[in-house]
Amino acid sequence: MGDQPAIVAEGLSKRFGPVRALDGIDLQQRAGTVLGMLGPNGAGKTTTVRILTTLLAPDGGRARVARLDVVAQAAAVRRLIGLSGQYAAVDPYLTGRENLAMIGRLYGLGRRAARRRAGELLERFDLAQAADRMARTYSGGMRRRLDVAASLVAQPPVLFLDEPTTGLDPHGRIALWELLGELTGHGTSVLLTTQYMEEADRLADAIVVIDHGRVIASGTPGELKTRIGGDRLELQTLPGADPWPLAQALAALGTGPPVVDARAGRVVLPVTNGPEFLAEVAGRLATSGLRVADLALRRPSLEDVFLTLTGQPGDGLAHAADGTGPSAGAGSPEPALGRTR
Amino acid sequence: MSTALADNLGQPAFPGSVLANTGTITARNLRRLARVPTQMALATIQPILLVVLFTYAFGGAIHVPGVTHYIDYLLPGVFVLAIGFGASQTGVAVAEDLASGMIDRFRSLPITSGSVLAGRVAADAVRNLLVVGLMIAVGSAIGFRFHAGPAAALAAVGLAVAAGIAFSCLNLLLGIAVRDAETAGLAGLFPVIIFTFTSSTLVPVATMPGWLQAFANINPITVMVGALRALCLGGPTARPVTEALAWIGGLLLVTVPLAISRYRHAIST
Repeated sequence: MGDQPAIVAEGLSKRFGPVRALDGIDLQQRAGTVLGMLGPNGAGKTTTVRILTTLLAPDGGRARVARLDVVAQAAAVRRLIGLSGQYAAVDPYLTGRENLAMIGRLYGLGRRAARRRAGELLERFDLAQAADRMARTYSGGMRRRLDVAASLVAQPPVLFLDEPTTGLDPHGRIALWELLGELTGHGTSVLLTTQYMEEADRLADAIVVIDHGRVIASGTPGELKTRIGGDRLELQTLPGADPWPLAQALAALGTGPPVVDARAGRVVLPVTNGPEFLAEVAGRLATSGLRVADLALRRPSLEDVFLTLTGQPGDGLAHAADGTGPSAGAGSPEPALGRTR
Repeated sequence: MSTALADNLGQPAFPGSVLANTGTITARNLRRLARVPTQMALATIQPILLVVLFTYAFGGAIHVPGVTHYIDYLLPGVFVLAIGFGASQTGVAVAEDLASGMIDRFRSLPITSGSVLAGRVAADAVRNLLVVGLMIAVGSAIGFRFHAGPAAALAAVGLAVAAGIAFSCLNLLLGIAVRDAETAGLAGLFPVIIFTFTSSTLVPVATMPGWLQAFANINPITVMVGALRALCLGGPTARPVTEALAWIGGLLLVTVPLAISRYRHAIST
């Protein structure tokens, strides 16, 4: 595909009755890259994926995948894409091998080629041991892996993964991340949706953040992190200690003013190049004779991204956020140092 | 592994032919039939029970003029009843595939939508063939005989399976429309119960009150059972069989295009 974009969407819109699921989505993905689509539940990620994979027709706008129009050339698009949806779509009453061989046959592989391909993928996804057991006996993570394997049967140049790490344990998550690296190394373009900033940050060459059916920000992970202020340094005072001296001692190290939650005894400081600062932080604490109960460096969560980009928490973030976001200052009776929301 | 995933990258897979894809989907559905215990029970125990229960429970009470053994009268009717019950499973299966995301997967593949639906109906037709065969075997063990020769007997089996295909298509439409397995199962059973018990399936229409006779005589189930009886018991077959085929063809003409167009827009929720 050369320098042609793998995916281009212009002004995609879609309504479901009164609900405006997509409200003019624009995006562009270079071939051979990973595009991370980041957003909370209900933001429109799955609807976008469904339109791009020809499952759903948009009400407005246009989209091309591998230079083909997803509406007018839907059948041709289907030959060039792989899809792993949000729910593991494997047949529970077929074995892992039968599931993959069936998909291979439907892609037009001969019986033997389909079985050989199934064998390769089972091996690759660490399912060889369970290959001849019905998928209903698999754990959630195994089923998830089988589903992702199914999307790779035809070695599609464009791969859509809708929240692929949902239900995977840390081991499976890392294995999938490695696999994505290999795929893009061989020229595959991957569109990945996720609720996790960390995942998008780690995997994606470019990120689009969507909320309420609109793209609210896009750029490389680096650009976005600059906009949202990089990492967060979180400090917890000793029980009963006043966090203000701590905040004042460290304020100069941050890229922005620290946020203080006096009641919780917590200070949150936005920083860049976090790890390099830790030694300096420790030094300042030592010279000013301050002690802390806990000190942690944390990636911005999806909630941080939304707070920064929209000034308000995204909807439906209860599960995505870890609950210790920069809202740390929100409950403070005193105004946060320098920053109020 | 890298070579395994890497070679041919960018080369589109060639879609299999419609027939081959239908075969692949049919094979998948038949595997499920063999492995899902409730499906197997519905395909085996239920038809046997229907034959045995109706023969012994009703057989003593019902005397059909011109028929010596009630089972000879009953069995063609029970073919339709069992196939009708079984057809509700077509709707259940397609609703399950919608709920589980299988339909999303199939629809993202380079295959025609017709293959997925035809594979469903074809697998159910194979099941119906087994059901009819089983009922003939059990019926024969307790006294049933074909009276019009082997050609007519084969035609009866063929007509029963054809009726099953039409019922399956109706349930396919129901399953896609209601999108919920339990609802699809119930929605599929109601018409079977209403139409079989107001037809000549189990008792002669002449024993019904006049207002019901009027309905029973035009009931498509009466027409299909009548054609099957003519093929099993003997007598004129041309007209009843033509009428039955007309009903089957009509049902297919209405349900197949609707099912395909609904399927094309169906997505898992």
